[in-house]
Amino acid sequence: MEAVINEIKKPENLVYGKTKVLTDNVMHYCPGCSHGVVHKVLSEIIEEMDIQDQTIGVAPVGCSVLIYNYIDIDWQEAAHGRAPALATAMKRLRPDRYIFTYQGDGDLAAIGTAETIHACNRGENIVIIFINNGIYGMTGGQMAPTTIEGMKSSTCPFGREPVHDGNPLKMTELLAQLPGTAYVTRQSVHTAGAVRKTKKAIRKAFEKQKENKGTSVVEVVSTCNSGWKMTPVEANKWMEENMFPFYPLGDIKDV
Amino acid sequence: MSELRLMKGNEAIAEAAIRCGADGYFGYPITPQSEVMETLMALKPWETTGMVVLQAESEVASINMLYGGAGCGKRVMTSSSSPGISLMQEGLSYMAGAELPCLVVNVVRGGPGLGTIQPAQSDYFQAVKGGGHGDYKLIVLAPSSVQEMADFVELAFDLAFKYRNPAMILSDGMIGQMMEKVELKPQKKRWTNEDIDEMHPWATTGKKKDRERNIITSVELDSEKHEEANKRIQAKYKELQEKEVRYEAIDTDDAEYLLMAYGSSARISLAAKEILRAKGLKVGLLRPITLFPFPVKQLQNLTGQLKGILSVEMSSGQMVEDIRLAVEGKVRVEHFGRYGGVVHSPEEVANALEQKLTGGK
Repeated sequence: MEAVINEIKKPENLVYGKTKVLTDNVMHYCPGCSHGVVHKVLSEIIEEMDIQDQTIGVAPVGCSVLIYNYIDIDWQEAAHGRAPALATAMKRLRPDRYIFTYQGDGDLAAIGTAETIHACNRGENIVIIFINNGIYGMTGGQMAPTTIEGMKSSTCPFGREPVHDGNPLKMTELLAQLPGTAYVTRQSVHTAGAVRKTKKAIRKAFEKQKENKGTSVVEVVSTCNSGWKMTPVEANKWMEENMFPFYPLGDIKDV
Repeated sequence: MSELRLMKGNEAIAEAAIRCGADGYFGYPITPQSEVMETLMALKPWETTGMVVLQAESEVASINMLYGGAGCGKRVMTSSSSPGISLMQEGLSYMAGAELPCLVVNVVRGGPGLGTIQPAQSDYFQAVKGGGHGDYKLIVLAPSSVQEMADFVELAFDLAFKYRNPAMILSDGMIGQMMEKVELKPQKKRWTNEDIDEMHPWATTGKKKDRERNIITSVELDSEKHEEANKRIQAKYKELQEKEVRYEAIDTDDAEYLLMAYGSSARISLAAKEILRAKGLKVGLLRPITLFPFPVKQLQNLTGQLKGILSVEMSSGQMVEDIRLAVEGKVRVEHFGRYGGVVHSPEEVANALEQKLTGGK
């Protein structure tokens, strides 16, 4: 048996390997969460572009606050919503570095709306990765700015009602309006095909930064099966049926 | 070359920042300090020294731009006035927690709330007691002249980097707006990225193959580890208290009464001291230059000879609490101040000392 395993493990038989940019730390994310897949895709791009020593990430407040435990690059952990302000100064002071933020919907579209809009409007030459799962995961499933109408959360337990709770915010469409954004896209990671598209999108965003084109925003419509109180499979199905009609996938702007 | 110029305190801040080799300024307009950014934008240092100057969308953004810049090991600064400084408290707490150096200039105006655009010293508590959430302090320098506005920029950066902690220049609308002669130091070179790699190995500059990744953060979910992180920060404050106290003592050797004041109030108190000395009262002036660390020992050394201390502040009485803590009840301590944007006169201060401490003799 051991001989067979050793035969299989030969380098010439390798069909898939984990990127070295992703650390071996055990992730704290719930099974079924989209974060792990996006982390992997992002790490692969950093390895493929050979920019591990030239990339500095900005972590948000939210479930991905500890992203620096998983991706082996230099990191700064920002206050809630302020990542684009950090990234602005980092890129202006180190234009020779790739600077990106990784933010959730509460971070980017609620408390950090001003920082996000103004960084994009100035056309800061950074990448913003926006994980939109329509809920506050870390704090236990409260309503997010992107919670869709009728969707239940712990602070809209009977479903979001716009008259009482306000409307969900299509932040990505809003950012696409701004002259400073170069590339704005919305993707997902719920199927192998979708993961490939997301990888292509994030790669394109980093290439735009290399070409000094301005701000790139990659939204990833994601699941939070724990917060949604669904199995991972149910969550993917629910996302396709309910989130995608309101948050349609695809490129919104490509300059 | 050094250069003699007649200029406003706010302009001196801007000139000194460029000349000491600052890397970045990020700010938002507010009276009475807008000349700082106006001067920088007019001088366009990005074309000469390479210093970045950016008008941010808010003071919240400004302070977080400082976080990002400081995290890269750069010498970054902002300036604002009281309401704007309140908005920065979250960021300052995060920077103290993440042990990031920066310079914040507060050209104080009267509060609370929108208050007034006239000078005040009512942000003392906010400056020296932390200001935001959690156990932390800022290094606080209090200039009382335009020359000190200029000189303290580099000093604040040096202390901030030495202790990896935010530093504040606590000025006021009077020092910011008045013009005085100032000697500007010659232009210094900015640190190169290679200098930063060597001097500040903690900075996020891109992970080299020969080192672990650098992480700038204030979060530690394990409370035992977080207590250790807090202890490390507290040890710095203890060291600051032991090594970095700066003050000016005038006519304190034979003093029986002591005026204590910083910034604009110290200038007024100096004139009040002359009035009182002319009347035969043995009055001295102790001017803290560092408000944190406060000159506790220096004050305690004087308590044996003193009959009373008057804290003179453009506030309803804030520094007076630190004086009382320092003298531990051994000397009578009173406060005199005008506030809400009103500046006291030397005569008012002299009268206050006589009435509150000598029984009006």
